[in-house]
Amino acid sequence: MSEVIVITSGKGGVGKTTTSANIGCGLALAGKKVALVDADIGLRNLDVVLGLENRIVYDLVDVVEGNCRLKQALIRDKRFTGLFLLAAAQTRDKNAVTPKQMQKLCSGLRAEGFDYIVIDCPAGIEQGFKNAIAGADRAVVVTTPEVSAVRDADRIIGLLEADGLANPTLILNRIRTDMVRRGDMMSIEDVKDILAVDILGVIPDDENIVVSTNKGDPAVSDSKSKAGQAYRNIVTRLMGQDLPLMELDNRKGVFGKLKKLLAI
Amino acid sequence: MTLFDLFKKKPSKSSTGTVAKDRLKLVLVHDRVDCSYELLEMLKTDIIKVILNYMVIDEDELDICITQTRSEDNKGVVPVLFANIPIKSIRKAS
Repeated sequence: MSEVIVITSGKGGVGKTTTSANIGCGLALAGKKVALVDADIGLRNLDVVLGLENRIVYDLVDVVEGNCRLKQALIRDKRFTGLFLLAAAQTRDKNAVTPKQMQKLCSGLRAEGFDYIVIDCPAGIEQGFKNAIAGADRAVVVTTPEVSAVRDADRIIGLLEADGLANPTLILNRIRTDMVRRGDMMSIEDVKDILAVDILGVIPDDENIVVSTNKGDPAVSDSKSKAGQAYRNIVTRLMGQDLPLMELDNRKGVFGKLKKLLAI
Repeated sequence: MTLFDLFKKKPSKSSTGTVAKDRLKLVLVHDRVDCSYELLEMLKTDIIKVILNYMVIDEDELDICITQTRSEDNKGVVPVLFANIPIKSIRKAS
């Protein structure tokens, strides 16, 4: 049984592509067969985040238009066994594909025996968004604790539910514990309260993400990265296992630990 | 409540995180029912016009807004049009 998961957000720049890449690699590390699909036609990016930019021959539009077979367009990642990328076309636009064609593509990928098909959705609520969610079984909404991102997430949740993708789960990205403690950033509870959805995971703001993206090497495989650990937890939850949200407060030393205990 | 909670520093009401949350809540109420501030102003003007035929009201203290409440069957939160219109006197039918 394969499951098609769409990673979406509404607002751009909140970490959809990074999240898609890390979830895909994480699932592959957990022994699953995974297809990562870049649905952001015209603004291809998942390939560079994964470090596979030099290996693209055919893309999603080639498959949809019948210029190649699906198998030919699937790029096998040599580092992660079981991970494949279907890249977006760079020279076309969102209108090159229809929701119907995306559904057919998803069925094709299911037939290839993938356990998970992870779709990286473009920003916005137009054609590209409609295409990306067309064949999905479940949706994951990525947001950051900022008013603009949360507002867009709310809109996206409404649109997903109207399209039959009920109960999307939320990933709260780039949270800064120090700012939350000072009261200068909305907390996990604040965002959960506003959006009224279940939290799939919380990712701390982590410099390692920039470093790993620079190298094209997803943070999920870095055992020292906090964000990587957060993504590993998300992957575990996606596979159906219950896991408490990770401890983000990493104050060290006797006083720090004491303060943490007293929650001040 | 544990003993530790007594010492917990509560973020002050004016902290920017709280400001963000409050502003978002208000914006989302309008977004969710697809009702703009302009539309609400028009509605307000019309309501006042009708009421003025029957009553003298305090227009400065009048409050009409969209907010949220638990639905009667307690199944979720629903938007409501809330109006608080202080009456000064009733016009006698002529």
